Amino acid sequence: MTACVIMGSGNIGTDLMYKVLRSYTLDLRALVGIDPDSEGLHRAADMGVDTSASGVKWVIDNADSINLVFEATSAGIHRSHAPEYERLGITAIDLTPARIGPSVVPGVNLKDHLEAPNVNLITCGGQATTPIVAAICRAASVPYAEIISTVASNSAGPGTRANIDEFTETTSACLEEVGGAGIGKAIMILNPADPPIMMRNTVYCGLADGYDPERVVESIVQTVDNVRTYVPGYQLKRAPVFENGPFATPGGVVQTRVVVLLEVSGAADFLPAYAGNLDIMTAAAVRVGEALGAARTGGRT
Amino acid sequence: MTAAFRLTDSTLRDGSHAIRHQFTVDQVRAVVRGLDRAGVEVIEVAHGDGLGGSSFNYGFSRIDEMDLIRAAVDEADNARIAVLLLPGIGTKDDLVHAANIGASVARIATHSTEADISHQHMALAKDLGMETVGFLMLSHMVASGDLLDQAKRMESYGADAVYVVDSAGAMTIRDTMERISMLKHGLDCGVGLHAHNNLSLAVANSLAAIGEGIDQVDGCLIGLGAGAGNCPTEILVAACDKAGYETGIDLTELLDVATDVVRPLSPNQGVIDRDGLMLGYAGVYGSFLLHAKRAAEVYGVACDDILLELGRRGIVGGQEDMIIDVALELRQAADSSDAPR
Repeated sequence: MTACVIMGSGNIGTDLMYKVLRSYTLDLRALVGIDPDSEGLHRAADMGVDTSASGVKWVIDNADSINLVFEATSAGIHRSHAPEYERLGITAIDLTPARIGPSVVPGVNLKDHLEAPNVNLITCGGQATTPIVAAICRAASVPYAEIISTVASNSAGPGTRANIDEFTETTSACLEEVGGAGIGKAIMILNPADPPIMMRNTVYCGLADGYDPERVVESIVQTVDNVRTYVPGYQLKRAPVFENGPFATPGGVVQTRVVVLLEVSGAADFLPAYAGNLDIMTAAAVRVGEALGAARTGGRT
Repeated sequence: MTAAFRLTDSTLRDGSHAIRHQFTVDQVRAVVRGLDRAGVEVIEVAHGDGLGGSSFNYGFSRIDEMDLIRAAVDEADNARIAVLLLPGIGTKDDLVHAANIGASVARIATHSTEADISHQHMALAKDLGMETVGFLMLSHMVASGDLLDQAKRMESYGADAVYVVDSAGAMTIRDTMERISMLKHGLDCGVGLHAHNNLSLAVANSLAAIGEGIDQVDGCLIGLGAGAGNCPTEILVAACDKAGYETGIDLTELLDVATDVVRPLSPNQGVIDRDGLMLGYAGVYGSFLLHAKRAAEVYGVACDDILLELGRRGIVGGQEDMIIDVALELRQAADSSDAPR
């Protein structure tokens, strides 16, 4: 088992707790926050999970018994914690936009970063769309990829709202660096409809001539199945469609774009099912934590 | 005599929707020259969906918007150049770029319930020394008290004015007066109105708002804009003259540029067709119109069915991708009902 701790008792940290508790290879030692009255810490205590409101001090005091820390605080806080974790030899899985370590997406590039001391999980939209961009890039040449990520207003916390540029910039870069597109662009929309909408993600990829549409679709469908192994509510809302241009993209003129319409419903661990944006981050974090943990224990789990 | 309100012309931003973002540098120069001569104080230039809007989802710009802004700044002798930015689509870098090439008014737009995502962009606009205007899109979707709460947030971020934005052209005269009067009484900063003409009420709503003492009003030459179009600048100015509201704008100069430069770009602008009316009736974001027409054609479904379904789903500005989703759903439903049993 890999001993781990979750830092941050907000929406993400609390949702992550439920998923870590279901893991066969991660052993959750504590949920750590800074506010003893936070709902997350109360829920953890009710479930028999150790809690602390002493922040990073808890990690320092318990460093000998911890292999892995999930950082679900904020980018600024993670920047101050990261050197401490490194000094203590604790691997950090960063769910904030701090981007200290490499960006990882399970099923795309996780195996390249199993030894990294610190990995970053990009954004919810990045986790939801990068696998699809990478799938299309495996079957065709993609000079330009664009994603639209729409989440229910009440599933976007104050951190996201105050820093929406961090979402668009980080996700755009990930479409290029991890997804493999020539140029990437990400757009984020908040929708306040009541009842709340499920998280929706749309991927548009411009395709260079000479692709085989069947191969593109097959690659997308396989990838969706793979993501579903850790996010069961991830689904293709419609079969992918090919639309004819020409389209004058920033990556050059393409004659065709493929449009992939995705929906993510969550497991409703902490926030209701509409908050698929929360789930895709926390489910990816568990998948990454299990893989990094296994790499550190030589595959013994 | 001082003007009763300040007019911002958005032909070169909202009008961009109507011509699928195909403005050229020469067209921008000609429009700016005409508006500047007429005495329009602020001219907005950007992709229809704001800075960074050039995309698959909203349509690619023919010419980089920064080149168009640069040309507008160069051409204007007196008018100031404004840009629009929707957080989530455009970024702070885009705003810095626009400011560096001479844009001096930043209009930051969010959905009418999401003002807090504009905080960092408004703070940056103030730092850059720009006049900062908040834009609450689809204002018809929220009650006036809730709209005021959102407007107060924008005011607290430093907005010099906050706009009631009728993006769906869905507001009646009473809806408009209620919201304008609520904001006028509840805010210390200025208040503006951006009207659309899907229910043929853009000029009437603007006049009603001017009657409530509004500070800023938007128009577009010949109404060139999303949906059935905007408040036509030249008609608004003519109507203000008749109603006794001073505008400080020369009607003949406006008519010259409207007729000679803008009319040839969109000969049918001003006709409120079935789909345009349906936007206002269903309360759907006006920019969806041409995208929905295209999807209707590609997938062989009715455009007004698409628009009505978007309205039912509560789709907001920026979610143009859902037009394809709805068209595919309608296609699938039609195919399965046609299938042999």
